[in-house]
Amino acid sequence: MKQDVILEAIDVVKYFGTDAGWMSRGPVIQAVAGVSLEVRRGETFAIVGESGCGKSTLARVLMRLLTPTSGDVLFDGRQVSAIQGAELRTLRRDMQFIFQDPFSSLNPRMTVARLVAEPLEIHAPELSVQERRDRVAQLLRQVGLRAEHADRYPHEFSGGQRQRIGIARALASGPKLIIGDEPVSALDVSVQAQVINLLGDLSRDLGLTLVIIAHDLGVIRHMSDRVAVMYLGRIVEIGATEQVFTDPKHPYTQALLAAIPSMDGPVTDHSATVHGEMPSPSDPPPGCRFHTRCPHAQDLCKTKTPQLAAAQDGSHQVACHFAETLQRPHLPQTAPRKSKTAEARFALYRAATEGGTVTHKTHQDDP
Amino acid sequence: MPKDAKDLQISPQEPPGSCAMELAGLSLRFRGQPNDVVDDVSLSAKSGEVLCVVGESGCGKSVTVMALMGLLPPDSSIISSGNLKVGDKEVDLRHDTLPRAMRGSRVAMVFQEPMTSLNPAFRIGDQICETIIRHSGVLRREALSRAEEMLQRVGIANPSQRLFEYPHQLSGGMRQRVMIAMALANDPQVLIADEPTTALDVTIQAQILDLIRDLRDTTGMSTIMITHDLGVVAEIADRVAVMYGGQVVEQGPVREVFDNPQHPYTIGLMSAMPGLDRPGERLAIVPGTVPTIANMPEGCRFRTRCAFAAGICAQRPPLSEIAPQHDVACHFAPLEDSVEVTG
Repeated sequence: MKQDVILEAIDVVKYFGTDAGWMSRGPVIQAVAGVSLEVRRGETFAIVGESGCGKSTLARVLMRLLTPTSGDVLFDGRQVSAIQGAELRTLRRDMQFIFQDPFSSLNPRMTVARLVAEPLEIHAPELSVQERRDRVAQLLRQVGLRAEHADRYPHEFSGGQRQRIGIARALASGPKLIIGDEPVSALDVSVQAQVINLLGDLSRDLGLTLVIIAHDLGVIRHMSDRVAVMYLGRIVEIGATEQVFTDPKHPYTQALLAAIPSMDGPVTDHSATVHGEMPSPSDPPPGCRFHTRCPHAQDLCKTKTPQLAAAQDGSHQVACHFAETLQRPHLPQTAPRKSKTAEARFALYRAATEGGTVTHKTHQDDP
Repeated sequence: MPKDAKDLQISPQEPPGSCAMELAGLSLRFRGQPNDVVDDVSLSAKSGEVLCVVGESGCGKSVTVMALMGLLPPDSSIISSGNLKVGDKEVDLRHDTLPRAMRGSRVAMVFQEPMTSLNPAFRIGDQICETIIRHSGVLRREALSRAEEMLQRVGIANPSQRLFEYPHQLSGGMRQRVMIAMALANDPQVLIADEPTTALDVTIQAQILDLIRDLRDTTGMSTIMITHDLGVVAEIADRVAVMYGGQVVEQGPVREVFDNPQHPYTIGLMSAMPGLDRPGERLAIVPGTVPTIANMPEGCRFRTRCAFAAGICAQRPPLSEIAPQHDVACHFAPLEDSVEVTG
């Protein structure tokens, strides 16, 4: 059981502003406050939460772009938080990152070929120039770019294509695990779908493990096998995506799901919506961190911190004192209601875009 | 009071169902560009109605509302046609803009970025008061109490204290509420909101959408909301207009368009949404990317990405009614009658 875990976080804590010098005596920001999780080999694991919940910090700690204040990260059984030098380079080869913003994460002065070759120079210095060129061409093909794109500069590409370049860079070193921090949220819907499909294909074909950070619940539901919901530096609920989405046990997860604009028109059930905003991570409330916004909060929640524990029905883990007794809100239907007409046209569209032959019945002037 | 404000004061109670705002045939291009960025766009909103304009980046949705508010720099944009009617005031956009007395009072706008559209150097209260004093000429004290009332109305706790705070002291959601309060301060008949929730988290977005819905119901104002999120459209719109490449390709009552999508682009957008159904399956895509304005094809601008395109698509399809109030610009609508897919 244990060996199918590729990445493990054990009680990871990351505070900012603890080592403040004499100039800055700002408050300590508790960005990640004790997170434990396991990512299994080959799965797509998602971390979801609103801005300021610490999900990006957690991703950077998992990547060792930041060192945790306390706690441990294990990758393939190796401790990540303390390694240095050659060992760290090996880790970087096995674990890669896709950044959110395809506009600022690529050097505008480098051609695509150089951008993609750069990680190869570091992680595979033994390759000859010709071999490296072939590998770059292969990587570009893999992410759906053409070989002639290699000599162009990032500004010549659209957002979706730039994100593909970023993915090619991440794939160059042959990683086992890729962490994507909001990899599709800067993209338009139609382009976003292309990149989501690409990531799905890659993880299946290359046996990659993906860790996806996102705030878009539709994207998460679509892509991930398991999901962790974060609120103010802590995981409040974690489990199989299907379970968490159909039977959310934490009031915050329920609120998040209820807040997704539904394709079925205005939601009628407002019992799960939360009021107010997330408190500052520099001064988190005591007890359950969600109690200030929770519609079900009681006195116990203000003093005692709930621990992540398996729900009674054993489905997944939740950190709420009253998870078992809460009334389930009415959530939007899992599948939006669609008319027969719409369904038929979607099928027609899908068939046509996926390589079907289109014949026109009415207009004979088709060239 | 500004000198032209008086003759614009018409009764706020328009007969229900009349068009509070009507934009007809707007075409505009930027200097130096060969093609129009907005090509013959007509939009209208009745009082008490929310019209959503949906489309991806570069489809011209923001430029359209900037043009109708008169916010485009005249030396870089050329409007070749376009008529705007607000209430009984008619403006030829080619050489005129909406009178200043109407902008910010009868027609108000909420911008996308609540972080950048408030002036960081002035208190919230002063910024709201400015628009009130500018348009109604009341004294500052009166304006302040009106500002406080507005903050209360958009759901800001402690409004009397918030009036004297600076934008940096507020969170994103609160700043967006302040923007809305400012837009509503003069009881507009038309509210134009450019992606008002895009920068916000989903729980805060739900709160803002609730607020806009409440305001529509209580004030009867008409709202034109720009968004790229079909979920938001379903949540709040009465009618929807889908834009692609500077043209309206489909428009109609929201339920009708979602149940009976006609344009291949609308169908593509809807099926590309990663959603709650069919997790894990490959998403349908809209192939390729939006061409730049200079490379826009003649005729139907979507044809370079459309799986159903044929020779006839080099001629621009007219926006024609396919069902009651439901217009689509596609030669092949309805699809199942005109095309067959095999293989």
